[in-house]
Amino acid sequence: MDHISPVLWQFLVKWLTNFAVIPPEASKVAPQMDALLLFMTLVSLVGLVLVILLVVTFSILYRRERHPVAVQIEGSTLLEATWTIIPLGLFLVMFVWGSVLYFRIYTPPPNAMQIYVVGKQWMWKAEHPGGQHEINSLHVPINQPVQLTLISQDVFHSFSMPAFRVKREAIPGRYTTVWFEATQEGTYHLFCSQYCGTAHSAMIGQIVVMSQDGYKKWLASSTSGVSLAQDGERLFASLSCNACHNGTPSARGPNLAGVYGSTLTLSDGQRVTVDDEYLRQAILNPSAHITQGYAPIMPTYQGQVSEEGLFSLVEYIKNLDSNYRIQQTTNTTTLAPVATATVPNAATKGMVKP
Amino acid sequence: MSTILSLPDQTTARIPKRNYLNNENGLLSWLLTGDHKRIAILYLISITFFFFIGGALAGLIRLELLTPQSDLMAADTYNKVFSMHGIIMVFLFLVPSVPATIGNFLIPIMVGARDLAFPKINLLSWYLYVIGGCLTLWAMITGGVDTGWTFTTPLSTHYLNTNVVTAGMAIFIAGFASIFTGLNFIVTIHRMRAPGMTWFKLPLFVWSHYAASILMVLGTPVLAIALVLVVLERTIGIGVFDPTKGGDPLLFQHLFWFYSHPAVYIMILPGMGVISEVISTFSRKRVFGYSAVAFSSVAIAVFGFFVWEHHMFIMGVSNYSTLIFSLLTMLVAVPSSIKIFNWAFTLYKGSITFETPMLYAFGFMGLFTIGGLTGVFLGASGTDIHLTETYFIVAHFHFVMVGGMLMAFLSGIHFWWPKMTGRMYPEKLSQLAAVVTFIGFNFTFFPQFLLGMLGMPRRYAAYPPEFQVLNVFSSAGASILGVGYLLPILYLLWSLKYGKIAGNNPWQATGLEWQIQSPPLTENFVEIPIVTQDAYDYEWLERQKEREVTQVG
Repeated sequence: MDHISPVLWQFLVKWLTNFAVIPPEASKVAPQMDALLLFMTLVSLVGLVLVILLVVTFSILYRRERHPVAVQIEGSTLLEATWTIIPLGLFLVMFVWGSVLYFRIYTPPPNAMQIYVVGKQWMWKAEHPGGQHEINSLHVPINQPVQLTLISQDVFHSFSMPAFRVKREAIPGRYTTVWFEATQEGTYHLFCSQYCGTAHSAMIGQIVVMSQDGYKKWLASSTSGVSLAQDGERLFASLSCNACHNGTPSARGPNLAGVYGSTLTLSDGQRVTVDDEYLRQAILNPSAHITQGYAPIMPTYQGQVSEEGLFSLVEYIKNLDSNYRIQQTTNTTTLAPVATATVPNAATKGMVKP
Repeated sequence: MSTILSLPDQTTARIPKRNYLNNENGLLSWLLTGDHKRIAILYLISITFFFFIGGALAGLIRLELLTPQSDLMAADTYNKVFSMHGIIMVFLFLVPSVPATIGNFLIPIMVGARDLAFPKINLLSWYLYVIGGCLTLWAMITGGVDTGWTFTTPLSTHYLNTNVVTAGMAIFIAGFASIFTGLNFIVTIHRMRAPGMTWFKLPLFVWSHYAASILMVLGTPVLAIALVLVVLERTIGIGVFDPTKGGDPLLFQHLFWFYSHPAVYIMILPGMGVISEVISTFSRKRVFGYSAVAFSSVAIAVFGFFVWEHHMFIMGVSNYSTLIFSLLTMLVAVPSSIKIFNWAFTLYKGSITFETPMLYAFGFMGLFTIGGLTGVFLGASGTDIHLTETYFIVAHFHFVMVGGMLMAFLSGIHFWWPKMTGRMYPEKLSQLAAVVTFIGFNFTFFPQFLLGMLGMPRRYAAYPPEFQVLNVFSSAGASILGVGYLLPILYLLWSLKYGKIAGNNPWQATGLEWQIQSPPLTENFVEIPIVTQDAYDYEWLERQKEREVTQVG
């Protein structure tokens, strides 16, 4: 092979030995996605081959040398109905199949473990409930549904995980969610796939899928010592949320213990389910989210809490099932020691360093 | 290979003494003309100029992507290059490509009129286009713009310090050029058809331009609104797209794609019109299922307005709205597939020859089929999650826009070149160019489907090294494609002086434009024809020829 440049040669050999048309299937939904992709590719190939066959065959049979005089044909309702209905049918199958997949990807199962992700120019910041923070990487356990709640601090970003066949846009001003269940240990690509400015192509990282035990070890070795909920509790006190939201009969704000997941009636009569997005909006834009029976006196916290801080507050309120500690902090002049703090729920998920 | 080409005797043939090209002389007679044919030529020169700028930028993109690192240019330079490539190619080449040049030239002649309904507005449209184009160039030269052609907020409004306002205003102005062209076409087609020219005698080229014009007139104002809001948000911070002020960044996506999805059909529909004419002429047959093809154009125009949200499936819109928009997207795919099969069956029992316009049309059919079918991958919401925002999207719309629209544009330019200039282009060389373009195109863009499947995001100046081989293939193909595009420029210019005299009807085609002299008179027709024949009525053409022979004999 003297006449081929050795660089090019090595290059081709390397490529041919690693040739792939699809990334590794590392999540539960990946094989389902690939099945639909395969079906669509096959249908497309059949369609394309059919068109090519028709054009080539007619071009040979009816070229001017063989067929000097054209026969004028108006059309054929039967034929035209055939090539309207068959593609329509196939497209509808793809539509139904695709929609089932879509709903599956964007409907998290109830037992999913929660990780919060903030996108900002140009990095991904992931926050585990146990207080582990990571930048441009995401550690997840195998065989465990993981739900990501995403938000962007500035422009649109998109959290793309090709090996899991899943991506979701991170948008400023609202939470989006996506979930996956990794099925194969390994390290995979994490991309920002929505153009976000100068260093867009540097906003990449890795997703590390670990065994359940490995993940527990990783959690233990990377904790910052303060879980998200504890951080939220600190913020809750320092922003003086506890002055009103303390669950006492005379409180000026609604009781927050157990509020997450419940249905509230707002002052305008609208009924809402309290989820992450609602809590975020109620903190930033309280006047539009007044619970029935309360006065619109809460000030906005727009610009006073970072997106990470909002995640902490949300995580705190989510796990709040009694007002005991809130009342303790408001009733005493000195703060109660937090060393013994245990956060319900989080502990059962193994998120807090013992 | 036999050919239908029939040229007059070259020893005696002359370009007609009086025609639209030499009717008046001097630069001013061009710059102040109201003649739709001259305006078409002005447009042709200007869009070709912008095509080559956009093409050069595409070359830079492919050169940068030869290696995984961003080494030819810094990341923000790369961002500016792909943004300018997109803006120039979409707004300054693809949108006006067929309608403003070939359409402008032919629509009045095809319906049997002496000019468009509003000649001065037609000229104004060209001036607006030129002003928009110059502003775009100004934005590019004075520092560029790096929003991508999509102007995504809040990136474009708050986070970039490049010439977003200038570029936005440039597109705003160029948009009016498009609105005026569309308006002119609609009025002309409705009001100025020759006696006897009923709707169902119109060539399909006119039908598809009619459909595209509706999209231009109804869609482009929404783009204008979106751009004005971006400019206002950027300059005085009105906050419509800013969540901290109660705005919604997704609103911009809705407004932008409400135009920019129909814009895809503004680009492709006129191309489909060209293909109908070319395939019919070179297979000597009426287009199979004329009314199905005509109505499918209108169906595309109508459905095209109700699918925009499929650009936003992963942006946190409601799952149920995704369901609706995905379904409507599937429906809009059907008329396109009807057209492809109708064209294929037009060949059936025809008498086919393979001149350059036909080769480009075959290229169109193959590439547009691939482009259309891969669109279904993206319209199905589940697979869209994996494929969107990757090179799969890039490959898909280049198959539709470049493989489809540009092939159709070149097909049309070759087909009507003898009518526009009175001279033939060199056949063998142009056939070579068509084949080179087809091969180069596939080499360039097919690997990008694989890159997309593998998850490589679009708009990346640097990428993981495992994607390099496919990118090298793509860049290599781009160089072949470049040759394919340079060739026509050279030999078409050559043919202006040295091409054979074409005569009135070199292709033995049936349209009204082929029954008048080439190049046409400024007033198109000596007397307005009375139309008795159907569109694509080859038997009528034969009878006409016989009558001429008996009369002369």
